[in-house]
Amino acid sequence: MADNAHSQTSSANVQTTGHVWDGDLQEYNNPLPLWWIYGLYVTMLFALVYWFVYPSWPIGKSFLPGTGEVVYVNAQGQEESWHWNTRAKLLKEMQEGAAAQKPYYDKLMGMSYEAIAKDPELSSFVLSAGKAVFSENCAACHQSGGGGKLGFFPNLTDDDWMYGGSFEKIHQTISQGRRGYMPGFAEALDKEQIESLASYVLSLSGNKVDANKAAKGDQLFHSHTAACFYCHGDDGKGRQDIGSANLTDKVWLWADVPSATDDVSKLAAVKNVISAGLAKGVMPAWDGRIKPEQMKLLTVYVHELGGGK
Amino acid sequence: MAESNIRYALFVERPIKTPACRGFSLRETVVENKELYFKRPPVVPRSIQGTFRRFKTAVLWLGFAVYFLLPWMPWERLDAPTQAVMFDIPGRRYFVFDLTVYPQDVFWLSLLLFIAAVFLFFMTALFGRAFCGYFCFQTLWTDAFVFLERLIQGERPARLRLLREPWSSKEKLLRIGGTRVVWGVLSFWTALTFVLYFGYAPDLVVAFFTGKMAAAGYITTVVLTVATYLAAGVLREHVCTFICPYGRFQSAMYDPETLTVHYDRKRGEGSVGRQPARAGLRTKEERQIHGYGECVDCELCVQVCPVGIDIRNGLQYTCISCGLCVDACNVIMDKMGWDRGLVRYDSEVNLDKLVPAPVKIHWKSLKVIGYGVALVLMIAYLVFDVSNRPEFEHSIQQIRQPLFVMLSDGSVRNRYQIRLTNISGKEERFTIGARGLPVGALDFGNFENVYVKNGKSVIVQVSVKLDPSRAQRISEFEFVIKSAHGHEVVDQARFFTRH
Repeated sequence: MADNAHSQTSSANVQTTGHVWDGDLQEYNNPLPLWWIYGLYVTMLFALVYWFVYPSWPIGKSFLPGTGEVVYVNAQGQEESWHWNTRAKLLKEMQEGAAAQKPYYDKLMGMSYEAIAKDPELSSFVLSAGKAVFSENCAACHQSGGGGKLGFFPNLTDDDWMYGGSFEKIHQTISQGRRGYMPGFAEALDKEQIESLASYVLSLSGNKVDANKAAKGDQLFHSHTAACFYCHGDDGKGRQDIGSANLTDKVWLWADVPSATDDVSKLAAVKNVISAGLAKGVMPAWDGRIKPEQMKLLTVYVHELGGGK
Repeated sequence: MAESNIRYALFVERPIKTPACRGFSLRETVVENKELYFKRPPVVPRSIQGTFRRFKTAVLWLGFAVYFLLPWMPWERLDAPTQAVMFDIPGRRYFVFDLTVYPQDVFWLSLLLFIAAVFLFFMTALFGRAFCGYFCFQTLWTDAFVFLERLIQGERPARLRLLREPWSSKEKLLRIGGTRVVWGVLSFWTALTFVLYFGYAPDLVVAFFTGKMAAAGYITTVVLTVATYLAAGVLREHVCTFICPYGRFQSAMYDPETLTVHYDRKRGEGSVGRQPARAGLRTKEERQIHGYGECVDCELCVQVCPVGIDIRNGLQYTCISCGLCVDACNVIMDKMGWDRGLVRYDSEVNLDKLVPAPVKIHWKSLKVIGYGVALVLMIAYLVFDVSNRPEFEHSIQQIRQPLFVMLSDGSVRNRYQIRLTNISGKEERFTIGARGLPVGALDFGNFENVYVKNGKSVIVQVSVKLDPSRAQRISEFEFVIKSAHGHEVVDQARFFTRH
């Protein structure tokens, strides 16, 4: 160490602590710069203040709650008060948001559906707030935007309303729910009959099919053997009071005809539905799950999605 | 050991008396100096009369009048605060006289900043750091502070004497303390005035003193009070020398032709140097015989300098080109009965000539003309854009969830959300139409006429329905939105039949 040139030259200039070991081993005294030390003290002071201003130390079963307070009026109109915490701040913010929407909802409840749809300001509110309520409650099945999923959930943006597209009918659908059902015909009919029926059903919406089979299917459709006309009607246009599908339009709900590329797979898709039947067209009732004003908002929103009827 | 005590310092402490040293003094000069940092003596500028001082004072009064009075200027408005200039942050609208600026007009702000920058370059190419010396708010507030200082403490010698006295002196306590109190008041009013631009001024002042102002208002006031006091009262020229970047990049824009404050070294130093006007050296002729120049070394130019430099050392990076030394020297030259302009606005090329020509502005350079043209174009565009702003803002968004819908008769429907924001100043009726679509394809729902209140937005949902054969052919069309006043916008839209 002693012949290290650096230590020899600089040791003369640097103060030592005065401790000496082994005769010549010394310790430099290089204290921290003063600004640094004071910076540390300031941060310590800051921490001390912070402990008392914000919730910090646990004390027994309690804790230091801090000096802040979050006060808000909850949905029941009671004033709630919390020590400062982020959860209460969120609750307060949510409550403020709801309070800001309240005048619109109040207006909504006092107006007829038709009047709401004609009011530009309320329509804008329906479009934005309705989208939020729809996304929270409906989009899980009907998809965000209401596009639905062929074979599972109805598309709400087209002009085909299973149970009717008036404001009142939509409100009924939402509040009471729907249960779509069609029996399977695999046991009642043989394969040839099912194929004939499928051909006829496809022909109703203008698809190219074997004319002979379609003619046979026509007979079966209107016979008491298959008895399709009971529900789908003589003309195959369905009945909105029981939610049976209109077979003459281009909108498909269960059989995935639109994405079928050739006639055989189109036929297969329809045959599948006829033989297996359907019991999955279930929509839950929303009465009691959402507030009346939200239901009214949704009714107008869904009505506008499909252009209404 | 002795070698290491010689440091390279970036500032010239001793003038180097060679005639060739004109130019930037930001050069390395070996100065024997024990520390890199040394305490700089406070600058105590003497007051002076003259052309540039009058101009500076005029700019100061004008600038202060605009800044301090503008928030109090009333302005007739029907449905908004009656304040001429007000930045309504919560309402997201900015009132500038008859113009209401919305956040979407941010391009105007960026264009305005571009114009300001190019204007700065333009002026710098012509007159050097003219902005720094006359218009910069650091200069204005420092000037105001120095004015107050002189008002209370007296002229430079009195102030220097007060500085030297101990704080136990009652006079020092009263005068310097008083100055600081007055500075504090001016700083506070400066800060509060800034806040007043963001609300209705009369209400805000009352709110401030009754403790009802928002925390942001108090914080801004305190921060700006402290900042103003420090910048104009304590830091002063250090802001220009060590903090402000503008001075530095303005220096980079200098040409040899740029007009700046210069000391005419040849005229001032003669062949031997400068010399006080002692007996026998009082006339030009007497001085010429001895080889002395016209500078009588009175140092008045140094005493009036607000940044504490000696202009006779040549162009320096600390010089803010305020022209006060020109005024100072002219006073002396007048007294001596000699020509003015020993210190004057001039260019390096002209000073390098054997006989300097009369001062003129060199604007015939590509740089200056280029800046000028850019400036004119940008200002013209800004004025055009502001005066031709539409009465409404619009945006058309295709609904993409789902992108298109197959309807029961096989036709295809696309939906669009149109947002209309009315900024015309009154309630307005809008109609929406389309070009390039067959009759009956466009469906507005209930909103053939859309009424929008001033400053409000409305979202309208429209749908376009095309039968299968047309849907395959038409992929683009145009929306036409008309206001009742006949203002019309056309916007492209697309029609989708597949993903």
